[in-house]
Amino acid sequence: MGDPKKSIADLKIGEKGIVCCFKDEEMSLKLLEMGCLPGSMVELSNKAPLGDPICIKVSGYNLSLRLEEAATVMLR
Amino acid sequence: MSIEKTTRLKVALLGNPNAGKSSLFNHLTGLNQKIGNFPGVTVDKKTGTSKISDNLYAEIIDLPGTYSLYPKSLDEQIVLDLLHSKKDPSSPDLLLVVIDASTFKRNMLLFTQIRDLGFPVILVLNMLDLAEQHGIKIDPLKLEKELNVPIVAINARTGAGIRELKAAIACPVHTPPESYYKPGPLASGIISEVKENFSLENDYQAILLAHQYDNMRGLPQKEKEELARLVKKWSFDSKVFQSKETIARYDVITRILKETVEEKSVDDKELTSTKIDRILTHKVFGYLLFFFILLVLFQSIFAWASFPMDLIDGGIAWINGALKQNLPGGPFTDLLTDGLIAGLGGVLIFIPQIAILFAFIAVLEESGYMSRVMFLMDKLMRPFGMSGRSVVPLISGVACAVPAIMSTRSIENWKERLITIFVTPLMSCSARIPVFTILIALVVPEKDILGFFNLQGIVLMALYLLGFLSAIISGFVMNKILQNKQRSFFIMELPSYRIPRWKNVGLTIYEKVKTFVLEAGKVIVAISVVLWVLASYGPGDIETKALDEVRQEQPELAESTPDFDNAVSGKKLELSYAGKFGHFIEPVIRPLGFDWKIGVALITSFAAREVFIGTMSTIYSVGDSGDDEATIKQRMKEEINPKTGGPMYTPALAFSLLIFYLFAMQCMSTLAVVYRETKGWTWPLIQLVYMTGLAYGLSFITYHIFS
Repeated sequence: MGDPKKSIADLKIGEKGIVCCFKDEEMSLKLLEMGCLPGSMVELSNKAPLGDPICIKVSGYNLSLRLEEAATVMLR
Repeated sequence: MSIEKTTRLKVALLGNPNAGKSSLFNHLTGLNQKIGNFPGVTVDKKTGTSKISDNLYAEIIDLPGTYSLYPKSLDEQIVLDLLHSKKDPSSPDLLLVVIDASTFKRNMLLFTQIRDLGFPVILVLNMLDLAEQHGIKIDPLKLEKELNVPIVAINARTGAGIRELKAAIACPVHTPPESYYKPGPLASGIISEVKENFSLENDYQAILLAHQYDNMRGLPQKEKEELARLVKKWSFDSKVFQSKETIARYDVITRILKETVEEKSVDDKELTSTKIDRILTHKVFGYLLFFFILLVLFQSIFAWASFPMDLIDGGIAWINGALKQNLPGGPFTDLLTDGLIAGLGGVLIFIPQIAILFAFIAVLEESGYMSRVMFLMDKLMRPFGMSGRSVVPLISGVACAVPAIMSTRSIENWKERLITIFVTPLMSCSARIPVFTILIALVVPEKDILGFFNLQGIVLMALYLLGFLSAIISGFVMNKILQNKQRSFFIMELPSYRIPRWKNVGLTIYEKVKTFVLEAGKVIVAISVVLWVLASYGPGDIETKALDEVRQEQPELAESTPDFDNAVSGKKLELSYAGKFGHFIEPVIRPLGFDWKIGVALITSFAAREVFIGTMSTIYSVGDSGDDEATIKQRMKEEINPKTGGPMYTPALAFSLLIFYLFAMQCMSTLAVVYRETKGWTWPLIQLVYMTGLAYGLSFITYHIFS
């Protein structure tokens, strides 16, 4: 599959990606239970006025997270 | 209705945040609700009684919303604490898990965990209509067969399905023994040993115990040590197992979903919520709108509330006047009118303002806007040691610091939580409104600005902004001082926008007003009565002493004229216990421009700010003869400064007093709740000293700027 280089934080508004893996174990536990699972599709839908936090669409709803956290979710 | 034997059932409501739990709770219980605390913790425990059938009543507990049984905040810990042991007498007989059908997959995670605990469960399927808009079509009958639990479809907005739900509650629920999640062979060792040592029957309860024994309240130290030993023995890595469990559960859910749910992708047909978000979280409009909403809030507290407030004020004055005319004079009548009813008036008059404030907060919360506020503010809050989540406590602090500090339990990070707790009382709570309103009305002219805004409203908003500024500056300083070990994160659902459910808004207003009138009322009425006694009696015969002194000091006054009577009653108050008390502290407060009468009010309102007005009413009623219809505002307006001969309440004094009431920690309940939330006296004491010092210093500066 190769090394994933792109994370959720790199998405542009309206761009989609498929979650591949997590770089941070602690963060992954919280994201997993929110339905942000490996193999699920995410879409960057919105950014807060100062560019951070961001809002993604995942398993049918809007989830907000900080850029720092988004950077731990790698896409394939 | 038959008065035969009735049975009571304990039913707990669970679900994700925003799944519609509270609406369902309101449908089931109506006005039979009460808010208490969970034993030992200060988290709101909403309970209510619901009549299920003629001889079956249920006690419904509304639990905090949670995404899983792995709590991340103290709020969510409550849910786990209540469920971890079925043997506990407070443990519920039946669980209703409310599922938002439009985010079915995510909601089901919690459901599968809860059912695996072995409790009787009913799945309450809410928002099927919304789900269909999202392209999700659920077949409840198929789902019921697949899950092997009773399912009731409801619409918590309209109340449809409530009757069916009650019927389901009345029927005994059969719980199938098999669980959705089968822990792998790696975990079986620790599971069987925990089950054996703690005499548990349920696998999942054993797993949760092994995961979270350290945070569970009510687990004896010895049992914790035993669990720590087992975890070590079986090298049970909590994080690895939790991640495996979550993924395994989602696999099961995906399989169930395939059988029972038709999902048409509503291919990028922009959902309304997303469109609204583009505007409400826009770079410029987002903040402008937020600021505008706050402005409207403060304007309405001032402008809309004034009419009903005047009515209540006038009504109380009229009752008092009528009582005085028709009852025989004497200490009893005086106590009733000047003590009790004057104090009561001081409470009742704020009902309109409190109702408006909570109506606003409830509407913002209900509509889904409040979480956008967190989203907008998160980055701005970070330099101040707080996060977006701190915004809700700060905004609620505008109503009352006590529930606001309780709501900090949703903040996962301890340092952020502590800073939020510390600075929230600086936000201007509704108890300050009475003091603000009266003092502003005394010295700020009622002028329109730009034809729309009212000058008094603008001063009020400025005070709130000042409170907010002091809160964030204090946060900034604390952020520099305190060390942080724990990571901060901000992973949060942004719920879809909804039209507020007016019944929920109404119930919130009713609940808050009731709590305010009962809780604050008790204190205020008690203090008013005590104060009336202290102000009416003194060492020795103050009546004769006052007469003699006035005759001596002001021989020009003819006896039995209104002027003479006024001078006597004023003297009497000064000679009373309350007067002595005020005189005693006068040297300390004189640099702020305050006299001994304000001193009495400062002391009494240290328990709660709103007592200020009751105290003033009592002091001025006692110190004033005749003219009984005059309200407290008028009396303060007419008060003459004996030194200058001009009005007592000059802008300098009024602003100094405003600043003092803005910053001083005059609230026992807040101190008590901070003590409970921080588990010690350190923080409440630091807070008390800090806020009082700030109040004194800033009042001093203000007084000298304006005079």
